[in-house]
Formats: sequence, structure tokens, C-alpha cells
Amino acid sequence: MLKMNNISKVFRTDVVETHALRDFTLHVEEGDFVAVTGPSGSGKTTFLNVAGLLETFDDGDYLLDGQSVKGLSDSQLARLRNEKIGFIFQSFNLLPDLNLFDNVDVPLRYRRFNAAERKRRIEEALEVVGLASRMRHLPSQLSGGQQQRVAIARALAGQPRFLLADEPTGNLDTQMANSVMDLLEQINKEGTTVVMVTHDPLLAQRAQRNIFVRDGRVSEVTSNADASELLHKTAQVG
Amino acid sequence: MFIYYLRLAMLSLRKNILLTSLMITAIGLGIGAAMTTITVNYLMSADPIPHKSDRLFYVQLDNWDPNSPYQEPNEPPDQVTWLEATNLMAAGKAFRQSAMGQSTLIVEPNRPEQKPFVTRVRMAYADFFPMFDVPFLYGSGWTANDDLDRRLVVVLSKATNDEVFGGVNSVGENLVMEGRSYQVVGVLDDWHPRPKFFDLSTGAFNLPEDLYVPYSLKESLELPSTGNNNCWQPVSEDTFQAFLQSECVNSQFWVEFEDPDDQYEYLAFLDNYVAEQKKLGRFPRETNNRLSNVMDWMENQEVVAEDARMMMYMALMFLIVCLLNTVALLLAKFIGRTGEIALRRAVGASRRTLFAQHLIEAGLIGAAGGLLGLILAWLGLKGINGLYGDQINGLTSLDPNMIALAIGLAVISTILAGLYPTWRACSVPPAGQLKTQ
Repeated sequence: MLKMNNISKVFRTDVVETHALRDFTLHVEEGDFVAVTGPSGSGKTTFLNVAGLLETFDDGDYLLDGQSVKGLSDSQLARLRNEKIGFIFQSFNLLPDLNLFDNVDVPLRYRRFNAAERKRRIEEALEVVGLASRMRHLPSQLSGGQQQRVAIARALAGQPRFLLADEPTGNLDTQMANSVMDLLEQINKEGTTVVMVTHDPLLAQRAQRNIFVRDGRVSEVTSNADASELLHKTAQVG
Repeated sequence: MFIYYLRLAMLSLRKNILLTSLMITAIGLGIGAAMTTITVNYLMSADPIPHKSDRLFYVQLDNWDPNSPYQEPNEPPDQVTWLEATNLMAAGKAFRQSAMGQSTLIVEPNRPEQKPFVTRVRMAYADFFPMFDVPFLYGSGWTANDDLDRRLVVVLSKATNDEVFGGVNSVGENLVMEGRSYQVVGVLDDWHPRPKFFDLSTGAFNLPEDLYVPYSLKESLELPSTGNNNCWQPVSEDTFQAFLQSECVNSQFWVEFEDPDDQYEYLAFLDNYVAEQKKLGRFPRETNNRLSNVMDWMENQEVVAEDARMMMYMALMFLIVCLLNTVALLLAKFIGRTGEIALRRAVGASRRTLFAQHLIEAGLIGAAGGLLGLILAWLGLKGINGLYGDQINGLTSLDPNMIALAIGLAVISTILAGLYPTWRACSVPPAGQLKTQ
């Protein structure tokens, strides 16, 4: 599903080079629910951006759903993002001037579906997140948890095989965070591969696999308990 | 997608009314100023008789002072003498030809309540009317025999017929001018060629004359020349006949060919004619005959005034300044939207797609600016008309071509102005924007 081999990513300015990823190797299988944890600055978000084709990489190989992404044009990358990847961000990133229907419609527009197909998918996605009755509301009329649900609906509407979530509960209280996590688990159970970056060990425990990242490198932990322990240690080191 | 982008553009424009208004005003001002001056230049340089302007030729013969040209560097006079006018008419070498000039006559209306009035008269030959496709409301022009017989016939302009005969069909009626009775043979429909190419010496944008009489009457009735009259040597005697026989130029001479290539044969005829005249002691300068078609003649006579051209260049520079302002405003608008651009990229929009979306928004601003510019151009043209009045008759109206040009220029220039802001906004790395939202 997602195969990264020895990926390197260096951010350069005139005076300094920052190695965000070093020989980063990770294989995610279809149907996985992977939580990526690690201290601040460890490279979690860079990994997610590279995985989501929002960032290029300097070295290594990256196969997404069996296709190498190296050397693809901007249009080809955009198409891959549109068809195979759904994004969920910490700050929701809804477009404030568009109502829920039109927000969920955004990725579908770039997919060139006809109006009837788009409508069907939008209604279905909003139904899944429990907001079908509010599709004509603006994001500002919703709570934070509801806004994140809309963002999830937007990510789901295109029926991607791969969901990337960057701190999806970071801006939510515990109750709302749990409800969003329930939703992600449900989506995963229905077959969508989920990769989630989080700081929260409790949320990470709900994933099937935990990946611990430090200094741009991967340390894979299969047991949720171990992951929790590792996170605890990291917090002490930090 | 186009409709979708238009909808997004409308939403975006409504979101910040002040910024949108500033951009539309900037474009509108630039387009308004540019279109005002472009329209004047366009109408000044328009082809007044496009279907045959390449077959109508203006004749110039150089009978001027042997020691100095009519105009530097070696331009022949821009009119011909009465001698040349009548000799070339007598030769009749072209498909159609007409000498012509301007004079004035006092009209004495039949109705007692109307006072006599002075009116401008065009003296011409019968070919004048078919040669310039002059439209008739009633009757027609006179005949070549009327020219030869020096008959007292007259063709009225529509305005004169309205004034003297109340607008009814006056063909066959008599019109008394300076004690002589002229028979009305035709009444023109509205006719206002712009520029008045057939006689640029009396004002390229003046209205045509009110009456038309045979040029041959000039000699028999001693009709004065009221247009331009230039002489390079004094008239030998103070008589009308001496004036006619002099080297003073005061008539225009036009020929029409069935084929533009016939001009070469006609030019050869003119060269022979001048050679014969040289034997008689005339034409002391080197042979310098010219034939210019309508557009070349207007170019030669600088119908488009230099100051009008300069004003147009200045207005275009003003448009560029307005566009630079629009670039800055668009930059502020688009850069403020990098978060949305990043999100759209994340969910599948390519840079090209986003470029299209933003350029359509710029185009929409341009279209709105173009509409405002049209209103300002219309007001500007009204203002020019108020300032200059009759001197620029017919040059201050927007025609469909100009309207299309205004909108097209506004849209295209605003899209060009939007290229850099769009490129900047789309170049911001999306990953950072998505994290910092």
C-alpha cells in the first residue's frame, strides 16, 4: 500500500541544513491503522507530507499503491492525491465561505464527477459523519468536533484508499476527540488504510500499529503498551 | 469547471468589497482613459469607404515653384489648379473622375417667411455621386451632359431639403441662389463620411457641404473658391479669368479605377500630360506626379492628429500604471488566500488548475473594470465633444468594435496583471500552510 525505502529529506537555507528524514523506511499494508508518534521536531509531519505527496524527498524510493511517485509531474501528483489520498488536518482547513456541501464537494470537483455523482457522494459522506442535516450550514456555525467531522467527510467523499491524519484531535476536547477517533476506527474497519500522526499516547494505543519516529528515523513498535512506554520515555527525554 | 471557477470568483469578490471595488476602479479608470483616446484615433483613421478605398485615387501634380517645394522634402501641392482640373476632366482617362472644390452661395428660399442664408456648396462633376457612393433620398445626381452644358442644376443635402422644402420630395423644384434659378435633381440621404476624405483641405471632420452644383459653373458664374487656395506666384491680373488660368491650387481631383493596377497606366498619362505642359512653359519642377489611394492620402495628410496620437500613448501609459496597481492589489488578495490554495492542492488541484481558477477571477475583475471603463470612456467622449464641438464631428461615439475592444482589453490586461500574483500564491509550499491554519 505505502512503501518508503531509505527516504531522506533535507531542508536547506543559506546557512543551515536540517535533516528532517534520514533513511526513513516504512511499509504500511492495506487496511492498517498506523499511529505515528514521536517528540516535536522528530520528522512526523515531514513524513506525513512526503507520504501525502505534498512534499518532495531528496533520496530513496516511495511506492504508493504500487506506483513509484519519483519524477511524477505536478499534475500526476495532484491526480494521485485526489484519487488515492484523503487528508485530515489538526485545524480542519475548511473553506469558511463555502457551506458543508460545497466544502465536501471540493475534491470531487477535481475528480470531474458529474453533478449527480458528486451529490450522491457528498450526501453519503455527510451521512457517515452525522451531519447530513446541516449540509447548507457554514463551518462557522459548527463546533470544532463537527468541523473536524466535515473535514473527515471531505476526505472520505472521494473514497480514497489511504487516509492521512495530522493530529486530527489536536484542537478538540476529550469527548470530541474520542468521537472523532471512533469515526476513524469505523472508517478503518470498512477497509480504508489510516495513518495518523499524534502526540497523544492514548489515541496512539487505539491504532493497530505504532511507529515511533526520532531524529527523522523510524522505530517500529507493534505493541500498544510498548508504544505508550516509549512515548513516556520520550517525554522525559524532551 | 469554468462555471465552478466563476462561482468561486464571485464569492471571492463579494468577500472583500473594498478591495474588489479598488481593483475594478483602477481597471475602469485605465480602460476609460485608454478607450477615450483610442476611439478618437480609431475613428480618425477609419476607412471611410472600405469597399473601394483601394480603387479611388487622389491626384497630385507638381506645378510648384522651381526653387522650393510645396512642402519639404519634395511634396507636390495637395490640390490642383483649375487648368489641371478641367484638362484632366476633358481627357477622361479614368473609369470615373471628378474635379471638385468648395464655394458658397446665398440661397433665397421660395417661402416668404424664410430669410436668405449663406450655404457651403461643393462644386463637382457628375461622377462625384457614383464614385463616392453618395446615397440619395430622392432623385439622383446630374448627368455628364449637364456638366458640359453648364446647366443650373443642384443636389441638396437632406438637411437643406428639410429646411427649404420641408423635407418633401423637391426633385423638379427650383431653388433660387444669388438671383439664378437652379433645378433640383436630387436630394441626398444622411451622408457623413468620416473622415471627409474627398476634401481634407477644408477640415477632415467637418460635415459635407449643404448643396452640390456642377464644377463647370465655377467659370461661367465666377463662383469663388472658399476652401484652401495656395499660389506660388502672383496672379497676372485682377480678374476671375486670370485667377482661373493662374498656378493657384484650389481644386481636388479624384479618379476611380475598375482595377487598382490601372493606376500605373493613369500615372503614365499624367507624366505625358505634364511633359506636354512643360513644353508650354509650365511645371518648372522635375516631374513629381502622385496617385494616392484613400488610406494613403489620409496618411499623407496626417488625418490622425499628432496630439491625438500622443494623448493615446499617454492614456495607454496610464492604463499600465492602473494595471500595476491592480497587480499589487491582486497580489495582496491572492497571497492572503494561500491557505485555501494549499488545501485545494492537498485535495487534488494541480498548479495549472489553480492558475485557471485565479486567472478567471482576474478576468472577471477585468470584465467589471471594462464595463466601468466603457461608462467612463462614454463620459470622456462626451467631454471631448463638449470641448471641441463641430471640429470633431462624429469622432466621439463608441461603436460595437470599440465596445468589444474595451472589454477585451480590460479582460486580457487584467489576466496578464493576475499572472504574477497567481504564480506567487501558487508557489507557496502547501505543507506549511496546512499546518499553520
